[in-house]
Formats: sequence, structure tokens, C-alpha cells
Amino acid sequence: MVDGLGIMVSAAGFGFVYGLTARTSGHFSPLEAGAMSLIAFGGAAQFAAIGYVASGLAWPAIGLLTLLLNARHVLYSAALAPWFRGRSLVERALAAHLLTDESFALAIAHFKRLGRFDAIGYWYPAIVTTLIPWNIATFAGVMLGDAIIEPSRFGIDVIFPAAMAGLGVGLVTGRRELVAAIAGAAIGVAASLAISPTIGIIAGGMLGPLVGLLTPSGSDAPTDPGNAKLP
Amino acid sequence: MSTDLVPLAVLMFAVTYPSRAIGLLNPAIDRLPRRALDYLQLVGPAVLAALAAVNVMVATTDGRSVFVVGLPWLSVVACIGIVAWRRNLFLGLLAAVAIAIAGRTAGLP
Repeated sequence: MVDGLGIMVSAAGFGFVYGLTARTSGHFSPLEAGAMSLIAFGGAAQFAAIGYVASGLAWPAIGLLTLLLNARHVLYSAALAPWFRGRSLVERALAAHLLTDESFALAIAHFKRLGRFDAIGYWYPAIVTTLIPWNIATFAGVMLGDAIIEPSRFGIDVIFPAAMAGLGVGLVTGRRELVAAIAGAAIGVAASLAISPTIGIIAGGMLGPLVGLLTPSGSDAPTDPGNAKLP
Repeated sequence: MSTDLVPLAVLMFAVTYPSRAIGLLNPAIDRLPRRALDYLQLVGPAVLAALAAVNVMVATTDGRSVFVVGLPWLSVVACIGIVAWRRNLFLGLLAAVAIAIAGRTAGLP
């Protein structure tokens, strides 16, 4: 619950900065910025889209880059799948739209703690701590953003990376997870500098776990949800 | 009020939803071998760490990515330390924001 409060603050801060940035870019109306937050519902991809639109990138290219940036959700979705075993198709389909970095991190940590699926453990972080504050804050950022000249003076720019790092710490339950996180960060930065930040994040997310797998497990925590008590 | 970019939001949804749904809607996913499931368990820490690190260590200017050192590093490290120590993300975020505000008030980049 307390972690959820932290995520709520993070989603609100990040959403506010998104709304502010979309508005000040001069390319997004409040309705368009709001539609992005509700329909696309992908923080980093939405931020990137502001830059793409501003630079006049063609929509198919924006679609491709969005696909790449959000490719990490394949891994989240697959990691959550064993916990959703037995849930209805409608529930899983709706859960998929609300799958974000934040909802994944909170939900998977909660499921691991319980050793089983818990509906509130998914819908609470997905809707209450992420979807709602993200959309309200986007609206606030678009409508009130002009009054805030430098968001960084208020520390708003550090909320997202701090929240991601903090969530990552919450998922580190052993040596393998720690190595995967460190490797993911190092590979991500290196690939970002060599190619692009989008590729860097995907490379870090895909190659970091491979490095982690090479490490002997130093945890008693279950690494395989298939071994845990599932519904 | 312009609505020209609303279809772009729909396009972004259309290219994002399959990656979010492929695991949850594919019943075969939980018959993956043990090694694959072990891999998936490590995805979260790796992706979140990559997102945080790239966000604070890499800036893009004129289409080029450059390595940056700045106050956000300190904020993020403080958040990591507090979450690891107290297991409380909210406190970690408060510390991160407080450091950023204090540092910028003092004129740090």
C-alpha cells in the first residue's frame, strides 16, 4: 500500500511533466495529450512521441519506434502470465492494456510475497496508483503547466528515474536479480550511447537477465512462479 | 481544439497492446521451460534498472546521445538506498525530490 502511494506520486509527477511538455511543445492540444494518456497509456513512449511529432517524423516511423520502446512489455506480460493462469479472457485482455512498468513491478512483487495471484494486487496498482493519477496529472499539466516555468526546480524530473530504480530494488530478492539489474543498467547505458536510448532500454532489459542467469542463485525466494502456489 | 493527433494515439495503442497481451492471452506461455521462466523473473529488475540508468545518465542533444553526470544521480542513489534500507518507496521518492530541490536551490545542475 505504501509502495502504491509512492507510485501514485511518481505517476502524478511524471504525468504532470508529460502534460506540461506536450503543451509547451506547441503540437498537442489538451484533448490530444489526454487521448495519448488514456489510449496509448505508455509514459516513456508518450514522451518520445512529443519529440517525434515535433521533429516531423512520419507516423509509421513513430509506430515502429513505439513498438520498439514498448517491446519490454512482452517480457512483463510473459512473466505475469503464470500468475494469471485460470483468470477469464476478458480479465486478462483488460489487464494487458493496464500493464505498465509500475503495475508490473508492484503486482509481481505482491504475487511473489503471497505465492499466488491476488486480483486487488493487480488492479489496485494498475488503476488506482497508475491509470487515474497519470490521466488526472496529464490534464493538470496541460491546463496548468504554463504557470510552472522550470519543473526541474521542483525535482519533478527525478521522480520517474527514482521510482524506476526504487521499484527495481523491490524486485531484487537475490544475487541473480542484483546482477541482472546491474548488467541491465550498464548495457542499457552503453547501448544508448552507441545506438539510441530506445535500443538501450530494450538491450538492457533483454541482455541483463542473461547475465543474471550466469550467476549462481543466492536466494531462497522462488524464481519460478510455476513452483509457487497458484490458483 | 485540434484532434489531429488522436489517431496517432490509437496507432500507438495498436502497436503497444500486442506486446502487453501476448503473454497474458497466450495459454502456452506458462508451459515454458524452467530456464525461460527463470529468465523472465529477471526481466523486471533489468528493465527497471535500464530505464532508471538511461534516464539519468544519457541525454540526447542534436540527435546524439551523450553521457551526463548530474544531481539526478544523487537523487536516484538516495532513493535506492532508502528503499533497500526501509523497503519504503514513498520515503525514497521524497528523499530524491528533496535532494533535487535542495541541490538546484544551491545552483547544482
